[in-house]
Amino acid sequence: MTPQANFMVLAPIDPAQEKKLHALLDSMNVDLGRVDPNNALIPFATLENVHFARLLILQDNALLDTRAYGGGPVPVYPLYLAFLGDIDGDVDAFFKQLVARAGEGLRQIFSCCLGFTGSIDLASWMRCRNASAIAVYVNWRGRTALQIREEAGLREALEKYLAENADAVRQLGLREVHARLRKFVAQEMAADRLKLTPEQPTPLGWWIANALHLIGLPLLGLLLLPLLILTAPIYLICLRRLEKTDPELCWRVDPDYSEMLADAEDHYVTNQFTAMGSVKPGLLRRLTLSGVLTVVNYAARHFVLHGRLGRIRTIHFARWVYLDGKKRMVFFSNYDGTVESYMDDFINKTGFGLNAVFSNGIGYPRTNWLVRDGCQDEQKYKDFLRRHTLPSQVWYKAYLGLTAIDLERNTRIRQGLESPSMNTDALREWVALL
Amino acid sequence: MNNTAVDFSDVQGLVRFGYGKMRGASYALVRVKNSGAARAWLQTALRTGAIGTAETQQPAPSTALQIAFTAAGLEAIGIPPAIVQGFSPEFLSGMGNQNRARRLGDIEVNAPGKWEWGYGMNAPHLLVMFFANPKQLAVFIQTSKGDAWADAFEEMTWLGTADLDGVEPFGFTDGISQPEIDWAQTRDVNEPQLDYTNVVALGEFLLGYRNEYDKYTTRPLIDPDPVSRRLLDAIEAPEKKDLGRNGTYLVMRQLQQDVRGFWHFVTKQTGGDEGDAERLAEAFIGRTRQGSPLVRSQEKPIPGVGSDPDDVCLNQFTFAKDPAGTRCPFGAHVHRANPRNADFPGRPTGFEKLITMAGFGPQGFRDDLMSPVRFHRILRRGREYGPGLPPYDADEPAPPDDPKRGLHFICLNANISRQFEFLQNAWMNSSKFSGLTGESDPLLGNREPLPGCPVTSSFTRPREDGVPERRAGLPQFVTVKGGAYFFLPSLSALRFFAVIGNAP
Repeated sequence: MTPQANFMVLAPIDPAQEKKLHALLDSMNVDLGRVDPNNALIPFATLENVHFARLLILQDNALLDTRAYGGGPVPVYPLYLAFLGDIDGDVDAFFKQLVARAGEGLRQIFSCCLGFTGSIDLASWMRCRNASAIAVYVNWRGRTALQIREEAGLREALEKYLAENADAVRQLGLREVHARLRKFVAQEMAADRLKLTPEQPTPLGWWIANALHLIGLPLLGLLLLPLLILTAPIYLICLRRLEKTDPELCWRVDPDYSEMLADAEDHYVTNQFTAMGSVKPGLLRRLTLSGVLTVVNYAARHFVLHGRLGRIRTIHFARWVYLDGKKRMVFFSNYDGTVESYMDDFINKTGFGLNAVFSNGIGYPRTNWLVRDGCQDEQKYKDFLRRHTLPSQVWYKAYLGLTAIDLERNTRIRQGLESPSMNTDALREWVALL
Repeated sequence: MNNTAVDFSDVQGLVRFGYGKMRGASYALVRVKNSGAARAWLQTALRTGAIGTAETQQPAPSTALQIAFTAAGLEAIGIPPAIVQGFSPEFLSGMGNQNRARRLGDIEVNAPGKWEWGYGMNAPHLLVMFFANPKQLAVFIQTSKGDAWADAFEEMTWLGTADLDGVEPFGFTDGISQPEIDWAQTRDVNEPQLDYTNVVALGEFLLGYRNEYDKYTTRPLIDPDPVSRRLLDAIEAPEKKDLGRNGTYLVMRQLQQDVRGFWHFVTKQTGGDEGDAERLAEAFIGRTRQGSPLVRSQEKPIPGVGSDPDDVCLNQFTFAKDPAGTRCPFGAHVHRANPRNADFPGRPTGFEKLITMAGFGPQGFRDDLMSPVRFHRILRRGREYGPGLPPYDADEPAPPDDPKRGLHFICLNANISRQFEFLQNAWMNSSKFSGLTGESDPLLGNREPLPGCPVTSSFTRPREDGVPERRAGLPQFVTVKGGAYFFLPSLSALRFFAVIGNAP
């Protein structure tokens, strides 16, 4: 199994170069926010291990909300450029490949950031600025971009074959269909018209680290359990007090801003999503957020079933990243459908999880006992989120027309095809996918 | 009076009735020429009682006038922009907005720029609907217009309707399934809905009441003053006057139907076999031409579906008994329009529910793909236009002066983006609905390619024990010719509009 990894190069922008950076980023696009995969600066199309990537300027529109907690001046943070992606294999190897194929373009882009000079070793510069996520979700761990392309090719070939032989295939029973398609695919593979690369062995280092993570966190939990039990009542009392007094800052965003975001949305079956904001002040909120996200990360890594984040089946990749010493947080995701249906999915299916994480952000609709209410105030929640949403200056998706459900179907088709015998129910389900 | 009970005499009748017995209807799309005259006309309409309300009357009235406004229309009759801004963003930016049009599938030949009305200079201010018996209609329109009309409005266009006896132009019985409004507000929306229910919270269809999230949909709430005192109080904020209460949003789209193209396609696809052609057409819709669903009805009653044999036969069903879609294809029009699902897949209770919530419920390919339908219902109030054309005549070549046919689609909902737009985008027009790919609604789909998805014009019929049957190359059967979002105010809001700009 080839595990997926992610990177996020985070660098403060040189204010004098901000305009130039905007122009550079725009020059990579075919249209607002949508990258030309063969652009001269970072030709993503040649980077076959990339699933998704984006470059964006982390412009925090809700920074003034920190005033709701009174006292002190509004904090000043640098304006960052973030370059992030979801890839197969390991990040160091990817950075090397990136430097080889897009070194010149990256140098141009990063020269707009503070502390970058022409003589710097690009790969190690990026490695030093790689901001790690506190929680990561991968739709289907182990499914590589190559596999996705090959399985899409498989489905297309099958569809074409079935259309061309519709009359003959209609007469066939389930087992005969399976046998005939297996034979067809074997022929196509022998003739090099189709390729289905076998799964690669899992890297040993990754396997060990993963196993340690699997055991380590529960062990740590066990060690801390007495402390957690002792402090739980105090924690709950403090949490309830905060929940009753934390201000809600959920007004409708400026229509022009919302329209600017919409300009880049819904051109493809998948959209990108970025939201950022300040974490509520105080230790309790920060510990809560870190604790919840640690659990989310653990569950996403070891427990969630392929293709699902809770009940949600439309997310390809997602991650949460702390900024500025855990004062701020950014959430990134790639999801299928419109932002409206994405939000409805979250509210209706995983509202409790949404609340447990995002209610630790300043201004979130009021929750009860951390997981209740909150986003159930649907319009307030949607207004809150839209205000915290950021555009991506450059966004890349490797398999434009495919949703997460498409990927799952294609994988299921391949799995069925490669299994020499299935029981009748499994066979019926498999044939229905065609 | 209970504060939250609905005063039917304050609600425009279209919310409660389809006015089906008034078989004639005509819709005027007008722009305000003179706001003072427009308000004077409104006052007369209110005074004469021409506006039909949701109150049941004996004997039943034989005519009804209904009035709705676009955002531009509200400003044109003198509502201060600061108040208008309190309406929803989608109402304010309108159906023709470019980013919205992309989401709704209104691109290429359907693009707002090509509409006959609804876009740019052709955007209406008011929709004035006249309902009466066909013989009375002309007189009713004349008397309702009265003296002020000509000074008040510039008539953009009149949309006529046809009475096809409950059958839409393709030949299928229409308007069979409607949500049942919970007028008494007795259903507990916070209780997880384990079974499909056809009873929907009042606040989904009328502003000012609790919706399916137990919240009040945003609308303009204004401070009381001598003019706004005509408005009702906001239930959740009694110190404010509620401009939206007892009103709702009205979505209108003129959908031109290529009836000949439709029957020509299904006939050609089935090699001229009339029975097969009819069955393919039925598969597109998900019902027979008489309206019977393609899946079997269930024994267990569904809340909000009537108990008489007709209702049971037509609407007492879900798709749960047809998980493979072999009776009613996943992509059929009625399946897309209302998947009839509940809050969870597979009715989990107790511990099972927790397991399901955590994502470990049913793991089939198509399990739990859709949002619960109770958040996405609409009330349909459309009417057909153009002469009927029986299917057996429809395959004939068109005469040179073949009249236009179609549907003036009208629906009512309190939250346009979560109800109408979600339905149109995520379910009807989506080429990825319910695990499908490469197809859109067999009737409404625009068949336009998407980046990376060159084909959206197929239609798949799953089969019991074999590969699904796939029909390719469905042409576009429906073209959007116009559309707009309107606000259908309460009578008290109309009274407020009628005086707001006048000198005190």
